[in-house]
Amino acid sequence: MSHLKIGKENTLAVNILNNRAKKRKKIIAYIRKSWILYLFVLPAIVYLIIFNYIPMYGVQIAFKDYRASLGILGSPWVGLKHIITFFDSYQFVQLLINTLALSFYGLIAGFPVPIILALLLHYTKNQRFKKLTQMVTYAPHFISTVVFCGMIFILLGNEGVYNQIIEILGFDKIKFMSKPEYFRHIYVWTDVFKGMGWSSIIYIAALSGVDPQIHEAAIIDGASKIQRIIHVDFPSILPTIIILLILNAGRIMSVGFEKAFLLQNNLNLEHSEIISTYVYKVGIQSGQFSYSTAIGLFNNIINFLLLILVNKISKKITNIGVW
Amino acid sequence: MIKHFLNNDKVFDTIVNIFVFCILVFTLYPIYFVLIASFSDPAMVANGDIILYPKGINVEGFSYILKDIRIWRGYYNTFMYTFFGTLLALLITIPAGYALSRKDLKGKKIIMLFMVITMYFNGGLIPTYLVVKSLGLIDTPYVLIILGSFSVFNLIITRTYYISTLPLELQEAAEIDGCTIPKYFMVVVVPLSKPIIAIMALYYAVSHWNSFFNALIYVNNIRLYPLQLILRDILITGQTVDVTTTDPEVVERLKRIAQTIKYGVIIVSSLPVLVMYPFVQKYFVKGVMIGSLKQ
Repeated sequence: MSHLKIGKENTLAVNILNNRAKKRKKIIAYIRKSWILYLFVLPAIVYLIIFNYIPMYGVQIAFKDYRASLGILGSPWVGLKHIITFFDSYQFVQLLINTLALSFYGLIAGFPVPIILALLLHYTKNQRFKKLTQMVTYAPHFISTVVFCGMIFILLGNEGVYNQIIEILGFDKIKFMSKPEYFRHIYVWTDVFKGMGWSSIIYIAALSGVDPQIHEAAIIDGASKIQRIIHVDFPSILPTIIILLILNAGRIMSVGFEKAFLLQNNLNLEHSEIISTYVYKVGIQSGQFSYSTAIGLFNNIINFLLLILVNKISKKITNIGVW
Repeated sequence: MIKHFLNNDKVFDTIVNIFVFCILVFTLYPIYFVLIASFSDPAMVANGDIILYPKGINVEGFSYILKDIRIWRGYYNTFMYTFFGTLLALLITIPAGYALSRKDLKGKKIIMLFMVITMYFNGGLIPTYLVVKSLGLIDTPYVLIILGSFSVFNLIITRTYYISTLPLELQEAAEIDGCTIPKYFMVVVVPLSKPIIAIMALYYAVSHWNSFFNALIYVNNIRLYPLQLILRDILITGQTVDVTTTDPEVVERLKRIAQTIKYGVIIVSSLPVLVMYPFVQKYFVKGVMIGSLKQ
């Protein structure tokens, strides 16, 4: 009896040892086979560590008085001094309003347009006409921001072609570029123009993915095209719309630096100075590294909170979320 | 009443066509106008005589532009940055996208998280500037090649492409035949990757070609300026071309045709993109489609 028992224990121990050895062998075999895959990913990881993670670590200078001679670690801590300075500065409210105005206005004006364009294109019968319009409306997406802003200045300037057309039609010229109150409209609507075609691609894809049987059933029931848009197409692409809305809302504080910076002049500064252009001026041009970093960090935090908020609201209302 | 009117499908089709036609005209016109204004008589452009078609054909603007060494140098620099930047980007993105598409890669989720985090958080302008500075990359061509040579967004597109096109059976069959991963990648995966390599090359190339911000921040030496910075000087800051001349007559003439030169510069700088665009458009669209698969 006892002999048998010992034997059993022995085999158990041997089994455990065997299993461990097997596992180790498996791991070694896996590493031998797959280490190269980690090598494949390595350059990407190194890139992100250098240009994303180390700068994230460097964000601490927002709470320090950074001096180049002392380095990031050696510079003295000053707590929230820079953030408070920013809150107290006379530009703070104006910067925040300008940034939020551009982004909310841009979201409200720019979000529905690609959906409408996609629906229009989807219901265009003539395929050549449709293809041509698609090609032309995608094109502005590829114009560089510099060239695009250059075009805005030339075409909307006092001698620009649009003012000439306005004059031919018998109206007074409009000083598009030199009045601060026009800045937001110009910024937002030229953005809509530039991006509408490109943004519509995703909706066109979603529309062509709608089950044709639903359309056929609707046609048999006597639904007109406009009724099918409202009752078939729109509900079908709603999830796509909501996900894109969340993603866009999450970018609300990251209004493009380039365009605002390039369209800025002394005349429109009161509406065109936004947080990112201010960060550039304070940081790169006047060399206040810590102060500039603190402002950038403030911007980043608001941005992230907005993303979480919009995602939460959307999950509650529609059960659709990015995560 | 209106509802009834819109419910008529023929009316609806007409309205759709009218709208699409208007959109087409409104989008095409600014680009068309820049083109016709660039080789029309400058005085007539200024007077508003040129609205629909070119008049008084005049290529004086172009002749000044082509004589301007800054534009040529900018072109050359941008070409180099774009070429090497795109090459580097492909070498980083394609293998990484493939590796992360494999089901048997352990720790894939952690690596993806590590990457996706960077889409939402970043150190911001100054901390990044300090890193670039400490690497000694300020005022070098390398900074404009390296920065922007990896994008997590493009990686996700690449990975999605591989997940949806490479069947697992293919990999298993290769393994049974004793094919190692590097060999499998080179012999099987890369030849099947032509579409995604084309898409990624175009995405990275366009972003390098149009890139302006990095050069603005990290490069002060005018000899290293990419085309976009030169364009800013001419189009936005209002410098004239050929700034070296002192001949008062030429300077006066340049002032008079300054606008025409701007139109010309837009055309000259956008030419490669404009010429290539109709042929490669479908690849860009394909990239968006793949990107939307897993969102």
